[in-house]
Amino acid sequence: MRLDAYIACPHCDLLQRRQPLPPEGLAVCARCGTLLYRHRRNSLDRTLALAVSGIILFVIANSYPFLSLNIEGQTQETRLASGILVFFRQGMPWMGALVLATGIVFPLVELVGLTYVLLPLKFERLSWKTAAVFRLIRSLQPWGMTEVFLLGILVSMVKLAGMATIVPGIALYAFLVLIFLVAATSAAFNPEIVWERLSPQK
Amino acid sequence: MGTAEPPKVNAAGGPGPATAARLGLIACHDCGLLSRFQAGGRLYCPRCGGVLHARKPNSEGRSWALVLAAILFYIPANVLPVTHTTYLGSTQSDTILSGVYYFMASGSWHIALIIFVASIVVPALKILILAFLLVSVRRRSDWRPEERTRLYHITELIGRWSMVDVYVVTVMVALLKLGALANVDAGVGIVFFGAVVVITMFAANSFDPRLIWDAMEKRS
Ligand SMILES: [Zn+2]
Ligand SMILES: [Zn+2]
Repeated sequence: MRLDAYIACPHCDLLQRRQPLPPEGLAVCARCGTLLYRHRRNSLDRTLALAVSGIILFVIANSYPFLSLNIEGQTQETRLASGILVFFRQGMPWMGALVLATGIVFPLVELVGLTYVLLPLKFERLSWKTAAVFRLIRSLQPWGMTEVFLLGILVSMVKLAGMATIVPGIALYAFLVLIFLVAATSAAFNPEIVWERLSPQK
Repeated sequence: MGTAEPPKVNAAGGPGPATAARLGLIACHDCGLLSRFQAGGRLYCPRCGGVLHARKPNSEGRSWALVLAAILFYIPANVLPVTHTTYLGSTQSDTILSGVYYFMASGSWHIALIIFVASIVVPALKILILAFLLVSVRRRSDWRPEERTRLYHITELIGRWSMVDVYVVTVMVALLKLGALANVDAGVGIVFFGAVVVITMFAANSFDPRLIWDAMEKRS
């Protein structure tokens, strides 16, 4: 029995035979319905393009103010990092660390790590420590929360609208595009293309 | 849409479905590759280098500990103020719930709903679902395993949205820094709240849904 011809469901452990999928098809567990694997057209190229664009947008979103506020002639600008700095200064380092990690560091590590793994793969090569890097970015995935961060910004805008004039900055628009890029990246990406390349049998 | 089929032969011999565990196989948590179980020592996945476990180690104990910790932190998270707002000279402290009330009173019911669901309903729901799953596994329940697996999947997906209030406070403390005119400071409640979100995410992560199915197989 060749082990790589089978897959065990991650949610119920049922062993099932791997089958080739039609384009954009998906395989679900026969017992519990969990998604086992899926086929994505041009996954490597599309993911790579989206991840690189994501990194660019990410830099813009973090370099410019995303909101400025005006109350009776006084203006205050905010960047993504400024709230984090306030937490650190006001004796809440854990909050600062939590927002820094989930809002900035993990999403960036994911995009950069994906590019680091996929770019050499495009030229039939493997980058140094591909398996370890890929394992890391897969495990960080639930902790990157750019889209939740955006929802938080939008809620704050509504909250503040009553007491001040809010002007959206360049970073906010960059952030909106970034959310779509991050979502499109994970929709286009099929992790199996990396694992297959790492198979010891080959 | 293709569906993977179960293998025809049940190599374990006995009745019951052919699971990896029954056939002496371990699926890697990280990359899914199957390896044969070997006694003695730690096993590593030959493909990705991850540590191999047939089931998440001490899943029930760890999940229970984290669920209890989450319940403990949930109380101060909801009782203590998350923000202290100074506006035109007067200061006011808000808890998560009073923030929701403020939005409702000022007519932004959709924002009130977002905060209420993300900050109050989702964490409570996660705690309840995980406790329910843990009890059902302990009692070797055979009640609707498919639905229970789906419940677990839901707790994995919705947890992140609870972070919304943490980000709202982050933006507020950054923007409203205009002294007596308008100022927002974070309250301790938000620290407990952040802890609840992180702890419930770890709790969901340490629960192994395969225990739901294991309990059923031991019964039959
Ligand atoms: Zn399954
Ligand atoms: Zn592995």
